[in-house]
Amino acid sequence: MMIQLQAKGIEFGYNSSPILKDVSFEIGPSKLVTIVGPNGSGKSTLIKCIDRIISPKSGSILIDRKDVNKMDRMEIARNLSYVPQSSARSFSSNVFDTVLMGRRPHIGWLSSSDDEGKVWEVLRLLGIEDLAMSSFGELSGGQQQKVLIARALVQETKVMLLDEPTSNLDIWHQLDVMNIVSDLVRKRRMTALIALHDLNLASKYSHNIIMMKRGRIMAVGDPASVLTPENIEAIYNVEVAVRTQSEAPFIVPVKQIKTNGTRPIPDNRPFTNGKSKSRFPHSFFDIKEIKLA
Amino acid sequence: MAKTVRQISTRAGKRSRMQEAHDSFVFARHLFMVVIIAFIIILTGVIITLGPLDISVAEAYRALIDRLYPGYFEVEPLTSRVVWNIRFPRIMGGILAGFGLGICGCVMQAVLKNPLASPFTLGISAGAQFGVSLAAVIGISIVGGPYLLVGNAFLFALLCSGFIIGLAAIKGATSETLILAGIAVNYFFSAMSQLFKYFADDEQLRLMTSWGMGDLAAFSWSKIPLILAVFGICIPLLMLKAWDLNIMTAGDDTAKSIGVNAEHVRIFIMLVSSLVVATVVCFTGTISFIGLVAPHMARLILGGDHRFLIPASGILGAVVLIAADGVAMNVIAPTVIPTGIMTSVIGVPFFMYLMLKGRRKEFWA
Repeated sequence: MMIQLQAKGIEFGYNSSPILKDVSFEIGPSKLVTIVGPNGSGKSTLIKCIDRIISPKSGSILIDRKDVNKMDRMEIARNLSYVPQSSARSFSSNVFDTVLMGRRPHIGWLSSSDDEGKVWEVLRLLGIEDLAMSSFGELSGGQQQKVLIARALVQETKVMLLDEPTSNLDIWHQLDVMNIVSDLVRKRRMTALIALHDLNLASKYSHNIIMMKRGRIMAVGDPASVLTPENIEAIYNVEVAVRTQSEAPFIVPVKQIKTNGTRPIPDNRPFTNGKSKSRFPHSFFDIKEIKLA
Repeated sequence: MAKTVRQISTRAGKRSRMQEAHDSFVFARHLFMVVIIAFIIILTGVIITLGPLDISVAEAYRALIDRLYPGYFEVEPLTSRVVWNIRFPRIMGGILAGFGLGICGCVMQAVLKNPLASPFTLGISAGAQFGVSLAAVIGISIVGGPYLLVGNAFLFALLCSGFIIGLAAIKGATSETLILAGIAVNYFFSAMSQLFKYFADDEQLRLMTSWGMGDLAAFSWSKIPLILAVFGICIPLLMLKAWDLNIMTAGDDTAKSIGVNAEHVRIFIMLVSSLVVATVVCFTGTISFIGLVAPHMARLILGGDHRFLIPASGILGAVVLIAADGVAMNVIAPTVIPTGIMTSVIGVPFFMYLMLKGRRKEFWA
């Protein structure tokens, strides 16, 4: 089985408070995988640990079976690209210059016409060539998101990490961004790992979903097996109804489960992973190794 | 349909409308660099003519060329001496000081991700002022003679920035850490200088105050090789980081994801630019406006690419400084207004004009 991206026992925390606990998974090539979970569950932290933006306390990340720990920063940037959640910048530059930054891992002091050609190609691919000379700071949220995806694309990596790329977008732009990523995965055979809040977007576009809570992976699998009413209630404390829309689960929130201000620790709740409950007889904290092929 | 036609024409090798617009923008950037270099050469000739001895612009250039290629032109000995020994060294000093301060302001703003950052954000001017106060009031200095004040200013300027960079290296080199530490050190050394002023006599007070206002009077040919040597090493090192600085304006996380180790670059830039600023400031005193505003002027005109922005900030800093000094020397001659005061008087209206008329959304995004 081909493995594009592999995480083994990732642990991370600030001082004594752990944020990621023993996170492990494998993702095959040309897959779109989303990480879902409540606020503070460690989705963004996991993405940053994978890209070595922050250093995990223990564990390893492998890309094409090569250890990221043994790569220098430029080599990591040639293998992994990252689309940040925030597009805030201290000084703005135009769209072309912003996207050209993504060529940094491949070039020296001068950019060649070949590098610039790749920028134009990506701008055309994403339909934003007409914005090339616009100031990045003047763009709408959806346009900025496309520019950040374009910058990641010109890095020419096999794996793209996206940290909540739809968080500030209207529904049209949410679909637009997800369609772009989905097309890239399909046509360019890239692997995309996306931290996402919207369960329905995750359901519509993902090959597989990783569901997290409190720094641990709680469930993993295809959308139908992960996005079950039981799992969502256990993770989010929200009662939902799950319908089927275009062969994917569609989540309809019903009500919050009252918790007196705090969410219960769901160790003893029934939890499913698309199989019978007996597949996980113990607490789901025991899940260690998950393979997504 | 139009889009399809454009895509087909692009594939066939013809450049699209936006590509042509980009080509024009790149050409305009290069042209601007050539124009401001030409402008500073012309300005130098004009400023040389200002003073008690009447010298025309042509005579000024002839006198300069005569020194470089003796016998090429016939120049009066008096004119030659005034141009070469009195007026040109001061202008050359102004060009170097403005160039260094402009460049350092530009890189400091980029690594600190703050449009209010300047070469003095790390407390360099306060440290240098303290060194001068120490030498002027108590007479303690690392070197004596003509370098009594200069030596102390240089040493304490570097000590200040060295302390902050060391702190940042231990505690994490975030822009917030550096700015807060710089402000704290600024306050401390300013308070110490004030204390010295409190006990200083009139002559010592005059010396400390005039140094604090900033002036180009200290420049002579003997000082310029030292400055050129420091610049010759440091400025290429800063230029080499132009790409990394472009990327760092997008934030540390993005910089790391594109292969730039933001903390290392920040410390490197701070170290190198501190050396440049300390070298300038020990001769000129505090000329604070240039390093803050020259990069913004360049950014408003050229956009955010540091490959152009760094040299343009330096040249614009030099232009503003020598223009202000030319006015300061002659506006109420024979009284010479301190250069530091005149740079603000001349530069602020120009900067306000650029802010109101220019592409102001290029920054503060």
